[in-house]
Amino acid sequence: MRIDHTIIESWVKPNSRVLDLGCGDGSLLKSLHERKNIHGYGIEINSENILRSIENGINVIEQDLDKGLSDYDDQSFDTVVMSQTIQTMQYPDLVLHEMLRIGRQCIVTFPNFGHWKARWHLVINGKMPVSDLLPYEWYNTPNIHFCTFRDFETLCEAHNLTTLNREVIGSGAIGSALQKFHPNLFGVTALYRLTK
Amino acid sequence: MPETLPENSVGLVTPQTYTFDEPLVLASGRSLDHYELVVETYGELNAQKSNAVLICHALSGNHHAAGYHSMDDHKPGWWDAYIGPNKPMDTNKFFIVSLNNIGGCHGSTGPQTLNPATGKPWGADFPNLRVRDWVHSQARLADKLGIEKWAAVVGGSLGGMQAMRWALEYPDRIQHCVVIASAMRLTAQNIAFNHAAREAILTDPDFHGGNYQQNDTLPIRGLSTARVIAHLTYLSDDGMDKKFGRDLRSGSFQQGSEDLVEFQIESYLRYQADSFSKVFDANTYVLMTRALDYFDLAREYNNDPVAALKNALCKFLIISFTSDWRFSPERSKQMVNALIRADKDVVYGKVNSQFGHDAFLIPNQQRYWDLFNRYMKKIEVND
Repeated sequence: MRIDHTIIESWVKPNSRVLDLGCGDGSLLKSLHERKNIHGYGIEINSENILRSIENGINVIEQDLDKGLSDYDDQSFDTVVMSQTIQTMQYPDLVLHEMLRIGRQCIVTFPNFGHWKARWHLVINGKMPVSDLLPYEWYNTPNIHFCTFRDFETLCEAHNLTTLNREVIGSGAIGSALQKFHPNLFGVTALYRLTK
Repeated sequence: MPETLPENSVGLVTPQTYTFDEPLVLASGRSLDHYELVVETYGELNAQKSNAVLICHALSGNHHAAGYHSMDDHKPGWWDAYIGPNKPMDTNKFFIVSLNNIGGCHGSTGPQTLNPATGKPWGADFPNLRVRDWVHSQARLADKLGIEKWAAVVGGSLGGMQAMRWALEYPDRIQHCVVIASAMRLTAQNIAFNHAAREAILTDPDFHGGNYQQNDTLPIRGLSTARVIAHLTYLSDDGMDKKFGRDLRSGSFQQGSEDLVEFQIESYLRYQADSFSKVFDANTYVLMTRALDYFDLAREYNNDPVAALKNALCKFLIISFTSDWRFSPERSKQMVNALIRADKDVVYGKVNSQFGHDAFLIPNQQRYWDLFNRYMKKIEVND
């Protein structure tokens, strides 16, 4: 099981209602259903991911997140998750607001643009980082709103969002050890649990 | 006409007639004391009778959904592209039941059949029907076939409305509800188009108030015009333009010539309307469009679709098509939203298609196939 999924799972109440924005192949919802008996829905736009979600037996709704979430009622879910997707959104701040309107809590995970490799790439090569972590060129990346952990926390503060938990995942053993000492430099993925 | 039957066809099929002698009380308050249903089935019912799928037909459909009646047939049943071995409605897995609804004109009891009380064709006196009447008659058919619970009830358009009604009327008897290119109720615009189509029929001098059979006439012109009006709403602007453009069938625009031109689209519509009016019954057309107009999933639930759908116990697959302006994707999304609010299991796919409302019948649409196929594959049928 993916480490980020394990962390998310620990933050989700059993038997609760979960909405997963950008649910990918549905594996997170599937394991949440199997292990925590949640009732979940995933929203996805990628056609291949939708088919894989169907195979995973989850409720998947084809919908473009950038067109808004006004279909969903206030506080109608216990948890709204957005895993590795917020950086692809046109208006990440509005999405965050919507997530906390719909859900009592939200869980956001994203890749850290403040990771040393990204910084190193830009400083040394003078080019946007392309790596196994960020395998796109600047012109074809779906990731249009990169941020660092620090940027994200500034946004949360400005909007008076309360951080209930934060976890940082490093890469490899050394990265994992170092991220404790300087998460913004050595963390690859950040996970936040937020509420209003 | 097929010289050899395609490998993924259900092959040659023969309709069966089922007779029901227990009176069926209709939503209108009247009752049909005796009725017949013409039915086709494809595939084999398993020992547990857990693999049965009901196909509900749309306005002009009937029991002949797949395969060929004879080697002389020039085309297969109306949903042949999606019913058969290794197709989304896979006959290697499912036992598929398709019927002509009551009120229809392809053998089931309807306006053309004899009213036992008078010995004359029912004609205009055939009772008004609601979608729920079809659902109840289908439940009786299921009883007769020994099917306690459908693995799925599947329908497009008006067929989708029957599938939805099944989910509310017989929640214990349906495991999956597949609703394609449909809506929880018609809009005023939908009703307006149906009204225009009915007016064409009702004002045809050969209609005789619906008793044309007794008068040895047929309201061919009215029915043709009704079909043209409906057909226009089934196609999309873009799709029509791609297929016909402004191409001419005859005549030319040369100046100095008074010859009338006929566009390809005109010729196509005329041909479709002519062939339709020869095989379809005007009274059935009026009756089925009225059933469409009256359908409203949530009417008895305070007009609250969430309250309505809370009664369902099945899982749902909803599919819409981008160029369908008769039942637009927004109409499907309304149903999806209500299902989510009602905490029901639902999968929703929106297929990019240029074929308008007709898209659900059109073969070779990969995205439609994939969504439909993967969902149907996940359905468990224990034997």
